[in-house]
Amino acid sequence: MKVRTGRIAAHVFMLAMVLLWIVPVLFALYVALRPEKETNRLGYVSVAHKLTFSNFSDAWHQGRIWHFFMNSVWITLPAVVVTLFLASCVAYVVSRLSFKFNVALLIVFTAGNLLPQQVLITPLYRLYLAIHVPHFLSDSGLLYDSRLGLIVINVSFQLGFSVFVLSNYMKTIPRDIDEAALVDGASLWTRYWRIVLPLCRPAMAALATLLTTWIYNDFFWAITLISHGDKRPITSALANLQGQFVTNQNMISAAALMAAIPTLVVYVLLQKQFIAGLSLGASKG
Amino acid sequence: MVVDTEVQAPPPVPRRRRRRRQLTRRDKIVATLFVGIPLLLDLAFVWFPALASVFLSFTKWTGVGSLHLKACGKPPLPGLPQPGCMYGVQNYNIAFTNYPDFWPAVRHNLIWLIVFMVIAAPLGMLFAVLIDRGLRGGRVYQSVLFLPVMLSLALIGIIWELIYSNNYGLINTIIGHNKNNNLIDWLGDPSLNLWAILVEAVWRQSGYVMVLYLAGLKAVDPALREAAKIDGANEWQTFWRVTFPTLKPINIVILVVTVIESLRAFDLVYITGKGNPVKGLELLSVEVTQNIVGETQRIGFGSTLGVVLLVISLVPITIFLVQTFRRDEEER
Amino acid sequence: MVDQSVPGVASPSRRTILKSLAGLAGIAAVPGALAACSSSGGNSSNTSGAAGGSSSAGAASGTISFGSNYSDPQPKDAFAALTQSATASTKVKVNINTVDHNTFQNNISAYLQGTPDDLATWFAGYRLQFFAAQGLLDPIDDVWDKIGGNFNDATKSLSKGADGKYYLVPIYNYPWVVFYNKSTFSKNGYDIPQNWDQFIALAKQMQKDGLVPLAFAEKDGWPALGTFDIINLRVNGYDYHIKLMQHKIPWTDKGVTDVFDHWREVMPYLQNGANGRLWQDAAKTLENKQAGMMFQGSNQVAANYAASNLADLDFFPYPEINSAYGQDYMDAPTDGFMMPKKGKNKDAAKAILEYIGTGDAESTFLKTDHWDVGVAQGLVAPSYNAIQKKSTEAISQCKSVSQFMDRDTVPDMATAMIKLIQGFIDDPSASSVQSLQKSAEKQAKTIFG
Repeated sequence: MKVRTGRIAAHVFMLAMVLLWIVPVLFALYVALRPEKETNRLGYVSVAHKLTFSNFSDAWHQGRIWHFFMNSVWITLPAVVVTLFLASCVAYVVSRLSFKFNVALLIVFTAGNLLPQQVLITPLYRLYLAIHVPHFLSDSGLLYDSRLGLIVINVSFQLGFSVFVLSNYMKTIPRDIDEAALVDGASLWTRYWRIVLPLCRPAMAALATLLTTWIYNDFFWAITLISHGDKRPITSALANLQGQFVTNQNMISAAALMAAIPTLVVYVLLQKQFIAGLSLGASKG
Repeated sequence: MVVDTEVQAPPPVPRRRRRRRQLTRRDKIVATLFVGIPLLLDLAFVWFPALASVFLSFTKWTGVGSLHLKACGKPPLPGLPQPGCMYGVQNYNIAFTNYPDFWPAVRHNLIWLIVFMVIAAPLGMLFAVLIDRGLRGGRVYQSVLFLPVMLSLALIGIIWELIYSNNYGLINTIIGHNKNNNLIDWLGDPSLNLWAILVEAVWRQSGYVMVLYLAGLKAVDPALREAAKIDGANEWQTFWRVTFPTLKPINIVILVVTVIESLRAFDLVYITGKGNPVKGLELLSVEVTQNIVGETQRIGFGSTLGVVLLVISLVPITIFLVQTFRRDEEER
Repeated sequence: MVDQSVPGVASPSRRTILKSLAGLAGIAAVPGALAACSSSGGNSSNTSGAAGGSSSAGAASGTISFGSNYSDPQPKDAFAALTQSATASTKVKVNINTVDHNTFQNNISAYLQGTPDDLATWFAGYRLQFFAAQGLLDPIDDVWDKIGGNFNDATKSLSKGADGKYYLVPIYNYPWVVFYNKSTFSKNGYDIPQNWDQFIALAKQMQKDGLVPLAFAEKDGWPALGTFDIINLRVNGYDYHIKLMQHKIPWTDKGVTDVFDHWREVMPYLQNGANGRLWQDAAKTLENKQAGMMFQGSNQVAANYAASNLADLDFFPYPEINSAYGQDYMDAPTDGFMMPKKGKNKDAAKAILEYIGTGDAESTFLKTDHWDVGVAQGLVAPSYNAIQKKSTEAISQCKSVSQFMDRDTVPDMATAMIKLIQGFIDDPSASSVQSLQKSAEKQAKTIFG
């Protein structure tokens, strides 16, 4: 009986919370589906006379959502792949070889990820202006104001967390496995690439989800290190849209909701592995 | 800090020697690259800038032209900038005594932290515990509650503006406070706006904590809980006496995430103010940004605020590192 | 002293005031009267300017990129029209790089030092001199050799840096005045207030009639600075205002207290919750006739009005407060274009600037822009509507025009004032003003020190 009331209370609580959590998103959707003229007259909280996708299509065209979205893709994808690769390399060495500076290394990486971004930005900005790169990598000729620059800082900054999670995860994989391979004469690279890495798939999936969200959603690096509105990834381009359609909140909401779709897709696709991968990484962490 | 390499690499000597020998020359090169490249990136783009910020905090510089290593003199023209110069601790002095946003910013960061600790973290924990107990529909709950974590903070700011909007917004319309004589200015009123923004922040942060915690709970041996139940402990006792202590590692992760996220808080305020200063929403991160990427750059002063932020963040970072790596030590 | 080093705009002697009066009159649709001071070539000189632009363009070619903060749809169109006709005239292709208004301004320093475009939109006044003095802009005296005849002296001095060299080619300016809907005034029998008492009485009446007397917004940070500017200009006059902006008068001065005292008087009639409202939303309440008046730039209010409502819109200059200064001054910010030092295609950029510095170019821009007014001498663009004609007149009737607080003082000081004024809007008490003034002075000392 007591358990039952507890269950009911729990359900009521969770339902209330879920409602609270979903209302802002649904409300934004509702506003986005209504013509601006109507909400200007009636306010956002009113019965819709007309629902339309015109805000979405207008935002899509005028806001060039696809263009900015592709910018994000070309930043996020390489950044996530490179981060995972480099982090797993470090994690492998740290977890498998008795390297003298293992702990020091881990500390350098982990602590680096915890620094506030704002502390880095000024020198980083000067550094980015000073580093010249070939034009085929960056049309500005510098790390500043280039896709490459955003990839580099996102990789450098996110390495810390990924190294931390992956090294913990790798420590849970029995050493016997690669020692057996060692006996067969497998090289370090083979042991890493063929044996340990495939076993890290759950952790990699979890990390990939998180990194994708973080990098895709990054706002700070993009607004400070990109000067051309055209080159911005979508999240910071939203600020641009906000400037452009400042009077048309309906269209901004539509744009914002469209910008959220990719991360939601990633989450839905990787949700299953997500908790599992994270759990092993984090609890042993 | 526990930088104890001896403990970290404890295998008996002969074994170690054996493994060393098995690393071929090529393996060694690969291993060096494995560590070297990421380390170089991390040092060049994270640690070097962080340390350089500390240096810059002792200068006065608009960021234009060169930075000279001599003390600042009188400017050539009042108000017009001079080349960069050494300013001693003057920036710190200005921050602590003259800059009106400094103490409000510190206070707001602290409030942010407290709200995250007292509301967001426990709420997220509660969500996780309830879902982990196998509540029916837990999967749906989890997905919805996690939703805001997948959204960018910039986007969250935009979404919530519809809720808080003065004349048109959800709240004011529902409670009938959308007329000129009675409207509640959620995002503008300096005594309200921080709290309004914090609701948005908690909305996201709880989901984040929930997922971390769920991950932790999944790793807890169910046998432990069963054993406690058999011993006659109720759920409450089981959680606090059995489950919670085993979750120490995840608790520390959450503690650190909470502290760091509240120090890093930036995007929501930035998007709400459209990059402009808003009274009531001063935060250290925002102040740093406004000073170093605003229309005029006060690099030295901005870096000073950054260093203050850095010093504050070092506290949780150190706690985290000590806890984590001490555990490593114990495990061996 | 400092007066010499910051000529023109920054330190208006009586002479420059007279000059600008004369010059501005030249722009106005009052030909003859004072226009004698300046070569009133009118349209003929503009055409020659245009010809000059295109002739020199033969040498320059290629493509330039143009950084633009005209991110709102309509100015964006006007700007696109301008660059298209510039390309037609100079054969230089123009790629526009649009960044939203606020971000553009916030990032300007980083932008100019990083990888700026060949040309960029910017503002006249101290805000120009500040960046010019840091060597971030290229002087364009050679451009001005060709286009100089198209502008009067006031506009010329606005386009110069502290070193006396030219750094800006202006395109338009616009007045900060009190907007209202003619229908609201005629329906309720309101009269245009001439002085402060009438203004307050009118506001009171509007409140009784269920209107928000003055639509007001401050979320963008800068709009409320305009209110400070105008009350200061009305109470203390232009010279005082400019001296205060340059910190030659302390912020703790009694005159500043007077400004806030007057502001406090009108505060009950300003729209509530301004700190959380964008000016566009405030303008909307005026357009929807929920508000009776709104004090803001025509570049904002008129630009935000739907075309169908524009005929109902009218304005009057801010009422007199101190009879010594009457309605002699106003903020009439001038916008234009500058050439970042780190830009690449200089010759082509200059060719474009030469084209822009003509009455023809301004007319092209103003075809789609129905809220700003051109600054070329004697220009009355054929597309002017009633608001624009009246704007030209209103500006020309001023003895002197200031730019706007965030253009007349060091940017840091303007930022500091934004925060302080937001505090004042939240708590307009006398004691809050006292601490506001103290804080402003303290910050001014470090900023100007």
